[in-house]
Amino acid sequence: MSLRIAVVTAGLSNPSSTRLLADQLAASAVSALADVGASAELDVVELRPLAHALADRLLTGFPTGDLSTAIAKVVTADALIVVSPIFSASYSGLFKMFFDVLEPEALAGVPVVLAATAGSARHSLVLEHAMRPLFSYLKTTPTPTAVFAASEDFGDTDGGALTVRIERAARELAALVSGVGGRATPRGRSLEEQFADPTPFAELLGRT
Amino acid sequence: MQFGIFTVGDVTTDPTTGHTPTEHERIKATVAIAQKAEEVGLDVIAFGQHHNPPFTASSPTTTMAYVAALTERILLSTSTTLITTTDPVRIAEDYAQLQHLADGRMDLMLGRGNTGPVYPWFGKDIRQGIELAVENYALLHQLWRDDVVNWQGKHRTPLQGFTATPRPLDGVPPFVWHGSIRSPEIAEQAAYYGDGFFSNHIFWPSSHTAQMVGLYRRRFEHYGHGKAHQAIVGLGGQAFIAKNSQDAVNQFRPYFDNAPVYGHGPSLEEFVEATPLNVGSPQQVIEKTLGFREYAGDYQRQLWLMDHAGLPLKTVLEQLDLLGEEVVPVLRKEFAALRPADVPDAPTHQSLVAAAGGGRDSTVPAPADAVTGQSPVPEGARA
Repeated sequence: MSLRIAVVTAGLSNPSSTRLLADQLAASAVSALADVGASAELDVVELRPLAHALADRLLTGFPTGDLSTAIAKVVTADALIVVSPIFSASYSGLFKMFFDVLEPEALAGVPVVLAATAGSARHSLVLEHAMRPLFSYLKTTPTPTAVFAASEDFGDTDGGALTVRIERAARELAALVSGVGGRATPRGRSLEEQFADPTPFAELLGRT
Repeated sequence: MQFGIFTVGDVTTDPTTGHTPTEHERIKATVAIAQKAEEVGLDVIAFGQHHNPPFTASSPTTTMAYVAALTERILLSTSTTLITTTDPVRIAEDYAQLQHLADGRMDLMLGRGNTGPVYPWFGKDIRQGIELAVENYALLHQLWRDDVVNWQGKHRTPLQGFTATPRPLDGVPPFVWHGSIRSPEIAEQAAYYGDGFFSNHIFWPSSHTAQMVGLYRRRFEHYGHGKAHQAIVGLGGQAFIAKNSQDAVNQFRPYFDNAPVYGHGPSLEEFVEATPLNVGSPQQVIEKTLGFREYAGDYQRQLWLMDHAGLPLKTVLEQLDLLGEEVVPVLRKEFAALRPADVPDAPTHQSLVAAAGGGRDSTVPAPADAVTGQSPVPEGARA
């Protein structure tokens, strides 16, 4: 089984601890999938270079250039890893903008690991109180473990508690992707798919 | 091929002067624009239908009838007639009345509208937008073709023995275009009936228009109305023209930057690159417009949006001079040279009458009036 995982990361600085966490999650997911006999390719989508295009998309209604490519990668992936920095007690505005511009139900049924970074561990429940409801609304299938990394976790010397959480989330993702748990909800048809294969008019007239 | 303009009738502040026209000014300006369009040799002018500020165009047939009386040649159309929230019985009657007054010099384009709140103003539910477009048009189609209609649907009261009056001129219903910005269902609907399909085209990338028109053409052939390349396609366009292209950019930029639909977003240059917007010399506008057929095929109607974003009437009239004198004559010649002989023109009243084997009076006399019990038409004189 060959799969594609899209990694969406909303870090703003370079180097970015958000990207660092995303990379660790991605590597663990590839390894956990290998353990269940699946190979996975990664597509990393950095949102920072798409910030202008996202604002334009909100104003004009259509995505351009690199944003179209990024959206296509995300809505066709077999699994997602999404990572946002915490700003003002929630995921960042940039992170939300990306998910705001997807077609309805574009991510339905997709297994996803939720993750966030912040300066302080006091923000860790943002994952449960803000990010998880967002991904429930999007009809994705989030793993039970969401991964939060505070600055202190990256300098962690007490046996790698962050690594343990990363690996647990990765194993859960692998189980969802490879088992029957994922994809219980079919993904909505994209606009392109609707144009390629329209609903016949007799059906629209209710005369089938 | 037909060339013309379409308007939505918006009242927008001119960002360069701060002047906001009154509704009265805007309505009269729309009439002046229509007269100018005829004067410079354009073939079509289409009027919008909206029921909320900042628009002034709530009654397109009123405007069209008035303009019909002031003009002689230009074809009057809509952009668009709201098929979702306007009772199809009113559409059938209003446009048939107009068809008689304008001697057939009209058609119409159906659309779903631009704003959610309009639905409840007319007792409808936006969640049923597509369903309303489908059911209402099925009824409208029947009202223009059957003298006596018995009908039952989900979204209005049933009709029993109903005759929409007046009957269509010469027994031939007005030609219908189905306008769409992004719904595949509307392209499918246009194809099913063999009606025209108008892609709004503007404000969106050409790849999107290509797939919408592609669906319509494919399904037009599927439903047996002709070959895909013979389907009846219209496209929107948007242009600002000056002799010198840098002058066009400089003059249009403040309007672009503040435009209600796309302002404060991408730069003018990015938008020109991504969408059909044309800002430049007549030659640039000609070249870009000719490029539309590369992804939409040979098409029948090109309408430009020329009077939005607060452009003052004087500028709009100057733009129409440039469009009509320097752009359209060249496009007319170039498109005609490129078009295969088996691609038809857009239907007109005359061509539809000819296709029907000639006109016929379609008056439906009352069988008897309720007061005297007598028919107003003598027995022997009835058709």
